Amino acid sequence: MPQPVDLHAIAPEAILGVTILVVLVVDAFLPARRRWLAMPLSMLGVLAALVATLTLLGQEREAFGGHLVVDRFAVTFKLFFLGVAIVVLALSLRYVREGRFYQGEYYFLLLTSFLGCLLMPSARDLLMLFIALELVSAPGFLMAAFRKGDVRSNEGGLKFFLIGVLSAAVMLYGMSLLYGLTGGRTGLAEIAGALRDLDPDHLLLADAAILFVVVGLAFKVSAFPFQFWAPDTYEGAPVPVAAFLAVASKAAGFAGLLQLMFVAFVDRHEFWVPIFAFLSIGTMTIGNLVALKQRQAVRLLAYSGIAQAGYMLLPFALVTDDPGSNQVAFSAAVAYIVIYGVMNLGAFAVVTAVARRSPQLLIEDFAGLGRVAPMLAVGMTLFMVSLAGAPPAGGFWAKVLIFRAAIERGGELGVWLAVAMLLNSVVSIYYYLLIPRQMLFREPERDEPLRTPAGVGAVVALATVAVLAIFVLPNPFARLAELAVLAGPSLGG
Amino acid sequence: MVRLPLVLLFSAVLFSAGVYGVLARRNAVMVLMAIELMLNAVNVNLVAFATALRDVVGQVFALFVIAVAAAEVGIGLAIVILLYRTRESINVDEVNLLRW
Repeated sequence: MPQPVDLHAIAPEAILGVTILVVLVVDAFLPARRRWLAMPLSMLGVLAALVATLTLLGQEREAFGGHLVVDRFAVTFKLFFLGVAIVVLALSLRYVREGRFYQGEYYFLLLTSFLGCLLMPSARDLLMLFIALELVSAPGFLMAAFRKGDVRSNEGGLKFFLIGVLSAAVMLYGMSLLYGLTGGRTGLAEIAGALRDLDPDHLLLADAAILFVVVGLAFKVSAFPFQFWAPDTYEGAPVPVAAFLAVASKAAGFAGLLQLMFVAFVDRHEFWVPIFAFLSIGTMTIGNLVALKQRQAVRLLAYSGIAQAGYMLLPFALVTDDPGSNQVAFSAAVAYIVIYGVMNLGAFAVVTAVARRSPQLLIEDFAGLGRVAPMLAVGMTLFMVSLAGAPPAGGFWAKVLIFRAAIERGGELGVWLAVAMLLNSVVSIYYYLLIPRQMLFREPERDEPLRTPAGVGAVVALATVAVLAIFVLPNPFARLAELAVLAGPSLGG
Repeated sequence: MVRLPLVLLFSAVLFSAGVYGVLARRNAVMVLMAIELMLNAVNVNLVAFATALRDVVGQVFALFVIAVAAAEVGIGLAIVILLYRTRESINVDEVNLLRW
């Protein structure tokens, strides 16, 4: 007997799925001059999906026998991903049109990746997690290699592909072992129950399986020692794609990791908390140290993104037996991911604007931007200050949330992690100020005006306002993150 | 009826062979084949567990893995061809323009 499917629950994904097909078909019938129309079409689909997601606010639904769940956690992340989609589309229009790319295919791949992002936070099952993760990554491999004539892009794409497939294989091996060990369970909550009652003889194998899954996902979120692909891939990829990979793809990886760790594997935290402490400190340190000697803006942002991933991994190392304490850590991680998304997208928007004039994107290319394009310079300075975690910017509260969780809930290990984070933040201020220094205190080499496309300018303005707003009004924001958790996955339950 | 531990041992050997291939092979296509070996180890695991547990989910999972693996080979070969056109080589050691 076929079960009726809750269509409302899958409405955002369904709308986006239909849009993807429409974009692909319409592109085939458009004359070359009008291929850019794929972008407004994609934007329309994303906006419709956004409206559909808004109608799901505060609801609890499920479809396909509980494989796809809609709750506050899922809706929060879906809204975030759709917001990122709108921004990346706005950045892409001019860049893709002027770069002589295949436009229809580009938007098709981009939207497909975002479809994976939407599925990710709804997945409460190993199989769904795997499918969603692959749906995010596979189009990403192609988009990373999209600058076809450029060897750097080819190389970046190949590296990303090999690492991505390898990590998927390692993760799947862990999943297959978990499937057997738990007696055929694949649901995350069921796995948690099965791990609790596991035969002690099998604990070692279960820990190995968890390690496989963690390593697989650590590649995806570019955690140390699996971070080396990220800068190469970002540098080779078109700038809007780099923005997508740095924000949406990474956040999707974290959405999966959060559910696996805080729901499925929570009872084995004694085994994996030290691993995450190592990952966190290693990732933030290596990211910051290598970022110090970067000369190219996208690589700088890539290493900054690695360091930021280290901060996001920190709350994982605070997990204990106490569900209340886990919720604090969980919401700190969610808030950090969302705020990181806002400020990083702003920074990539400025880089996209500069890429029109100086495709090399060396840090010196930003010289004198304060005179040529004051709005971009002010925005970029704010984003960099925010990424460094200093006031007056939203990034400050993001760091404070994690810092407070570490001190209050982490015990001795938490204090050490907080110290590591503080030291790293101080180091990072140096390289985050490299670009603002060029923009504000150096004379421009060429005094040609920089014309910012309207979409990019709007993104910069919006991100500037958002970063300031989060700084002035952090409370609603922090509460949003808490809400996302309370009704979300039953932590430690 | 083959016993479960034997099958698991076989899949572990298959997986290790794949990991070795990824580390040792220099040709991008061979690295891709080695990763396929690892994915097939996963499939052996899943099907073996599904048979032992008399559960169908493992087999469905294996089918999905096979489908995704096929899609990824398509993407991978496309990227390898792209690289071959610009460089006339698919040796992964020579993929070294970008470093640090």
